Amino acid sequence: MSKSKGIISQVGEATARIFQNIYGLIEFTGEVVSGIGDAFRHPSRVRWRETISCMNRCGADGMPVVALICLLTGVILAYHSAVQMHKFGADVFLPALVGCTMVRELAPLMTAVMVTGRSGSAFAAEIATMKVSEELDALTTMGLSPVRFLIMPKLIAMLCMVPLLTVVGDFIGIAGSMGVGVMELNMSCETYLQLTRQWIAPKYVMEGVLKSFVFAWLITVSSCWCGFRTGSDSVAVGNATTRSVVTSILLVVLGDAFLAKAFSVIYEIAD
Amino acid sequence: MENNDIPAIEARSLTIGYGKRVVQKDLSFAIRSGTITCILGGSGCGKSTLMKHLFGLYRPLSGDILIQGESIVSASSEEDRHRIMRHFGVAYQNGALFRSMSVAENVALPLREFTKLKEPEIQAVVQKKLQQVGLDGFGSFMPSDLSGGMVKRAAFARAMALDPAILFFDEPSAGLDPISSANLDRLILDIREQTGATIMIVTHELPSIFTVADRIIMLGAGAGGIIGDGSPADLKEHTDSDFVRSFLNRRTGDPAADMDNARS
Ligand SMILES: Nc1ncnc2c1ncn2[C@@H]1O[C@H](COP(=O)(O)OP(=O)(O)OP(=O)(O)O)[C@@H](O)[C@H]1O
Ligand SMILES: [Mg+2]
Repeated sequence: MSKSKGIISQVGEATARIFQNIYGLIEFTGEVVSGIGDAFRHPSRVRWRETISCMNRCGADGMPVVALICLLTGVILAYHSAVQMHKFGADVFLPALVGCTMVRELAPLMTAVMVTGRSGSAFAAEIATMKVSEELDALTTMGLSPVRFLIMPKLIAMLCMVPLLTVVGDFIGIAGSMGVGVMELNMSCETYLQLTRQWIAPKYVMEGVLKSFVFAWLITVSSCWCGFRTGSDSVAVGNATTRSVVTSILLVVLGDAFLAKAFSVIYEIAD
Repeated sequence: MENNDIPAIEARSLTIGYGKRVVQKDLSFAIRSGTITCILGGSGCGKSTLMKHLFGLYRPLSGDILIQGESIVSASSEEDRHRIMRHFGVAYQNGALFRSMSVAENVALPLREFTKLKEPEIQAVVQKKLQQVGLDGFGSFMPSDLSGGMVKRAAFARAMALDPAILFFDEPSAGLDPISSANLDRLILDIREQTGATIMIVTHELPSIFTVADRIIMLGAGAGGIIGDGSPADLKEHTDSDFVRSFLNRRTGDPAADMDNARS
């Protein structure tokens, strides 16, 4: 119908939209932070039953797939490294390489990606569906805050479960790489584990866990936000889900890059 | 005639709509406490929209809404608005039950959130409300396992849970069989008698209008404003608008022409 717009106005509109989105997300984050404040002040007003069922869905049900992906990541990383390192006779450094990468970087990241696909998309779809069916309107008119009612249980569950999944992923990834070390490089299990313990400082494990807290936060907030700002038809639910996954993974990777630098600076200062 | 007491709901030259889209403009009316008002009008003329503005879900494009003399539009804080909205019980057109909770949990939710009742007392209230709407024994059902009419009645029960002072029902009896519909009318009258609530209903069911309504407010299509306002008997007999008379007498006719009449 209307004339197609010039490229400049298209770029301008897209840019304006991006800034609106960033602004909206920041505003929403503020609401969630104040929701957390409320939750601390009135713990009895948190919906604990819903929180626990959410923990079940995000944590327990997600465990097998997170374990599998971390196992495979460990195996693949170890296999490629082993082939190259063997050429230089650097076999003994395999546990250090794989262990540190797994614990500091890959386990948190892979877990976050899996959790985004499983739980983040589910959050967005749930909230978007509620919006379409006027359930969100009903919540508002009943004077119940959607943040407290819908987001807090999810956020608490994710903040508990994602770090836990990450730690499990750490162990399983290292186990996978140990299998490669034992089979490809003829190391014994004892040696491999001893080397692993020697090279992986507790601070690296802490780094991974701290990252996973941040990821859990980013995934939950951005997914829920995508659910809230959906349109009101059923196509919108699909769009919200897609957008939540893209946004969450983008934010997780950005956050990861930022944190990687931040931690290396922290270690430098500490040393 | 309004006497000195403050109207429960008052609209002052209200213009409602979404964004730039005006759905109805320049609506003014005052609803006395304890009365039952039916909002009528053709499909899509903005009845649900009017309700949603009255109970504070959307802000009007212009004009003011006073609830017991207190403006809900210019309420100073979100908290003030919520305090006013606490007076309301709302049953949405499509029910809007929380689908992640059973019917009983849906009805219990406002009780759990806003009262200090103990669990057994809550259960007792829930039982009573479900019984009143004829959903005895369906408490443990999930909303997705109910029929459309049952969802409506469950929403009705949820809206009544706190015995609010003002009740908004959007087409409560659409899709109900005549007996359930008549029971619902009986229930609406009972509620008013027992709690003195002010009730606003959107409905198309003529028998139900003539049973319960003290007053009818009829909206015209295409932002036509209020085209009929008065008691059912009054409007049925004495009104200038052909459309209103056709509507209330259920006269057959050319609906398009009638709609045009309503517009003019
Ligand atoms: N969320 C919305 N955003 C924009 N326009 C809307 C929205 N909801 C409704 N409308 C428009 O407002 C007008 C009035 O809709 P409303 O739902 O109030 O009609 P209604 O009188 O309740 O009709 P019905 O009897 O079919 O329920 C319609 O033309 C509709 O297209
Ligand atoms: Mg409607």
